[in-house]
Amino acid sequence: MLFYLLRRLFQSAIVLAVVAFGSFMMFRFMGDPVAQLVSEETTLADRALIRQSLGLDDPLIVQFGHFAARVVQGEFGLSYQMGQPVMRLIAERLPATLELSFVAFSLALLIGIPLGVFAGLKPNSIITRVIMILSLAGISMPTFFVGLLLMVYFGVELAILPTFGRGETVDLGFWTTGFLTKSGWLSIILPAVTLGLFQLTFIMRLVRAEMLEVMRADFIRFARARGLPARRIHFRHALKNTLVPVMTIAGLQFGSIIAFGIITESVFQWPGIGLLFLQAISAVDIPVVSTYLLLVAVIFVVVNLIVDMLYYMVDPRLRVGAK
Amino acid sequence: MSFLSISNLTVEYPGPLGTFTAVKNASLTVARGEILGIVGESGAGKSTIGNAIMGLLDHPGRVSGGEIIFDGERLNPADDRAMRGLRGKRISMIFQDPMTSLNPLFTVGEQLIETIRTHKRLSADEARKNAIELLASVGIASPEERIDHYPHQFSGGMRQRVVIALVLCSDPDLIIADEPTTALDVSVQAQILDLIKSLVATRNVGVILVTHDMGVIAETTDRVVMMYKGEVVETGETAQIIHAPKQAYTKSLISAVPRGDRRLDRFPGVSFLEADRPAEPKLGGWWFDNTNQMPAITDEPLVTVRNLGLRFTTRHALLPSYRRYFNAVKDVSFQIRRGEVLGLVGESGSGKSSIAKLLTQIYKPSSGEIRFGEHRLGTLTAREQKLLRSQIQMIFQDPYSSLNPRMSVERIIAEPIRHHANASGAEIAKLVHELLEIVGLGAAAAKKFPHEFSGGQRQRIAIARALATRPRFLICDEPTSALDVSIQAQILNLLKDLRDALDLTVLFISHDLPVVRQMCDRIIVMRDGQIVETSQAEHFFESPQTDYSRDLLRLMPRMPSRT
Amino acid sequence: MFTTPLRKLRIRIAAHPLLYRFLASPITMLATFLGAAMILAAFLAPFLAPQDPFDPAALDLLNSLLPPSWQEGGDAGYLLGTDDQGRDLFSAILYGTRTSLIVGGVSVSIAVLIGLFLGLIAGYFGGLLDAVIMRIVDIQMTFPSIMVALLIDGVSRGILPAEQHDRLAIFVIIFALSLSIWPQVARTVRASTMVQRQRDYVLAAQVIGIPSPLILVRHILPNVLGPILVIATINLGVAILGEATLSFLGVGIPASEPSLGTLIRIGNGFLFSGERWLIIFPGMTLALMVLSVNLVGDWLRQELDPKLR
Repeated sequence: MLFYLLRRLFQSAIVLAVVAFGSFMMFRFMGDPVAQLVSEETTLADRALIRQSLGLDDPLIVQFGHFAARVVQGEFGLSYQMGQPVMRLIAERLPATLELSFVAFSLALLIGIPLGVFAGLKPNSIITRVIMILSLAGISMPTFFVGLLLMVYFGVELAILPTFGRGETVDLGFWTTGFLTKSGWLSIILPAVTLGLFQLTFIMRLVRAEMLEVMRADFIRFARARGLPARRIHFRHALKNTLVPVMTIAGLQFGSIIAFGIITESVFQWPGIGLLFLQAISAVDIPVVSTYLLLVAVIFVVVNLIVDMLYYMVDPRLRVGAK
Repeated sequence: MSFLSISNLTVEYPGPLGTFTAVKNASLTVARGEILGIVGESGAGKSTIGNAIMGLLDHPGRVSGGEIIFDGERLNPADDRAMRGLRGKRISMIFQDPMTSLNPLFTVGEQLIETIRTHKRLSADEARKNAIELLASVGIASPEERIDHYPHQFSGGMRQRVVIALVLCSDPDLIIADEPTTALDVSVQAQILDLIKSLVATRNVGVILVTHDMGVIAETTDRVVMMYKGEVVETGETAQIIHAPKQAYTKSLISAVPRGDRRLDRFPGVSFLEADRPAEPKLGGWWFDNTNQMPAITDEPLVTVRNLGLRFTTRHALLPSYRRYFNAVKDVSFQIRRGEVLGLVGESGSGKSSIAKLLTQIYKPSSGEIRFGEHRLGTLTAREQKLLRSQIQMIFQDPYSSLNPRMSVERIIAEPIRHHANASGAEIAKLVHELLEIVGLGAAAAKKFPHEFSGGQRQRIAIARALATRPRFLICDEPTSALDVSIQAQILNLLKDLRDALDLTVLFISHDLPVVRQMCDRIIVMRDGQIVETSQAEHFFESPQTDYSRDLLRLMPRMPSRT
Repeated sequence: MFTTPLRKLRIRIAAHPLLYRFLASPITMLATFLGAAMILAAFLAPFLAPQDPFDPAALDLLNSLLPPSWQEGGDAGYLLGTDDQGRDLFSAILYGTRTSLIVGGVSVSIAVLIGLFLGLIAGYFGGLLDAVIMRIVDIQMTFPSIMVALLIDGVSRGILPAEQHDRLAIFVIIFALSLSIWPQVARTVRASTMVQRQRDYVLAAQVIGIPSPLILVRHILPNVLGPILVIATINLGVAILGEATLSFLGVGIPASEPSLGTLIRIGNGFLFSGERWLIIFPGMTLALMVLSVNLVGDWLRQELDPKLR
């Protein structure tokens, strides 16, 4: 167990280091950091002095060391665009993104898994065919288009749901939440459905494919031959085996929730880090962009570690050595 | 008293090319306390009968005629609800591969208790006690501890015992065992068959044993149903079928089973399968007269292996002390004399196939050396290396995997010729046609693709390819173990003929001792990567030198001696 | 009887499983037909379109924001209405579809070439080479395609002056999409290659002495084409969507030569003022195109992936 975890941690550390280096290179070589600090009148000599004091003349590896040290302490510099510490900008907006992702992902899992199980168990039923075609249509619609359609219909046509922003939020000091107000809940419906739809179809199709494969396994045939009731075979034996691969890929999918979050946040003007990132890209606001990248990498690594641990709990072949 | 009787059972699979009839008008009976064998070659429909009784036919198969009467009641396999009442409770089934028959995510105990409580009204504690008793009764040591283990903690043979325990959970009256020992080594196979026999005696159940292996039939069953292409050819007492078969098909099939008791010159042909009858290899033509460019080998041994070792790293680590290794071959030395057929025998994991891959230079030895004539492998120039590759060729076990499905037969056989010889397209085509004639397929096969051929025909194509480089040394790695008995006899005859005609030296790798007895001059027995015994073949079979060899011979399923 | 040749034909079709199953799946046939028709229309845009949407001289601001021809106030000359520049939406969609298809097709082709090469090598040789390639793939897959594309666009903005950036936008986006798709191809190819490498026909070729590059090209490549076809088709849909998304976000194809995504971005500005045809028609065109690609891809996957059969 320890060995396995340590190896995964080591791999995660490599991923983080590579991403950190990428962020650093962007930070260092895109745009002139000195130019951001000085005015027109600063002399060349002064500029050189500033360069030196910023350590820009040091060897690259030393600079990266300093960068990494600052990052570990949570210092990411100032946003060029807004002149505020990047850390604060991100901290303000992270709750919005996490709440949206959470609701969208829950929707995807709670609807996607049962539909997938159904489609896997009854591959030839009419309902399954309809579900499969609809899910393909869902995958084929670009996220932003789905968002726009929902907005037009529920926001403009029926005018029952808000089309932008988070509604009223409650500030808990470290966290601003929309979960405590009615307008907060109403506001999250359209963005969460938009964001969750693609994940839902993806997870559903994945569960179906795994279910179809497991249902052909010898141990399922043997369970049937032993006369076990169908419900038990489907939901105990087959589903548990299906979940092992589904967990891994669903974990990977969390990354795409963050990515599609950018689009959803843009369509619904949801004040999360995705929108921040998008604005930063257009304005070439490098500190924000590189911090965002690091953050995504950290989220990815953490999610993966959690998935690994779940995996470990579900699959005895990893846990218990062979005799 | 028969309590299962099947009459005129017909099973059909409708498909785009029309309906395929897997079983046609089959009738049979089973009594309590009796083991009925259903035997036949692949495609005979023997497994389909078992699945039909269980109501577990694969989609879109259906029972289209006949009836199954179980204990006085007529079964309707289409009625899934009624079938579930019987399935598992009164009729149960053992599948071929114990490695995949158990759910890997639940302990053996969980699976046993679940099954017991499905069929009997017992509390969890009582069911657990019952499960421990069952494990003990199928011969699993310290069942109190083992019950909480997961399937992957059991070996293949032990898993099959667990499977049998699961089958016994409901005290069934009839057990259908579909090739229950085919995936197991010979020594384990004998134990499992003994277990089944003792269960029949103590519990008075009826067993249908479906198998392709006449040896298993001869040793285990009371009565036999012989099937061919979906139809029952002959039914009778086991002894009568083995000793005095009445039908032509049964006769020829039984004569094709390799005998463990004495060596014959050739396998008797399977006269029932006229269509597949091989042509006698017609040798000659310009190709074989061309002598090899390799320097003549004067020394007697063609291949010399000295202190050969092969080690795999099973766990990589930066620090050497954390690395784990597996020694597939340990300090092996032997010689192969020119013109002889050397048999390499052992159970799975004994290192036989690793030796083949070392000799063909697919693996590099970790230690020791291999010499081919005077040339030491691994020290050759590129030119010598290329010549050497043309001298050593190999025939693989699975003819379905050894031919590239995207290449025509002509391209498959021409590839080695093109690689090793400077010949024009016309010369190569002529050679390919000759080779196809030699292996008994005929030149017309050249334009076809592998999927158009049966397993036996594919193995002939593989042989033609192996011969295409004019090898002196042929390695056969279980060349017939994926084939039916009748086809096996043809392929082995072909190999014998070719060896004589082409003066080949052969390394014949097999786990099947009767086949080895028919084919080999000398035998090496391997176990866990080491050589246990080296003897002349007849000497080995008559008076084996080590305990391990004696065990292997004792456990070999035998056809009773015939005259 | 005339049934004999018909029967013969049926038997021949049945003997060719892929064709048979294709003809047995009306939805797949419909999708193929629809997709082919759209591709044809897109590439014949210069001949089919009533107006050249890139020619400022052809535009008339008086005709701006006309509704579709069947609605009140519509003009028969502008089938699907016009945008705020007076551009004929139907023509713009034809040209936009062409841009979307070219960007998608080229990106996927590049990604397939890279992924095929690296996947074959990683799967066949294994060892350190495999480990390095697969780590790169893993890291790359950490960042979903949209994010990678956004980032590359951001970097190119940082490096290039604005007017050059617009001119090179199409190449930037193709580069970004290829970069985000190749890891998937590499993964698939590697997995299939590893399966094929275990098969005895590869061993047989090694025993004969065929050099590794030849084994890869002659033996393994033809046997991994099926999965490549599947993954390429599915990713064609992904690439088209990716391009549309980037253009919608304003970091893709500039408005001077609009793709479908750019058109929807333009229409988005009129969402609340009622000119909804400006997003509905380009959006539906996009969705229909991707849907037909996905239907074909899904069918191919079902037929060629032994795991699903």
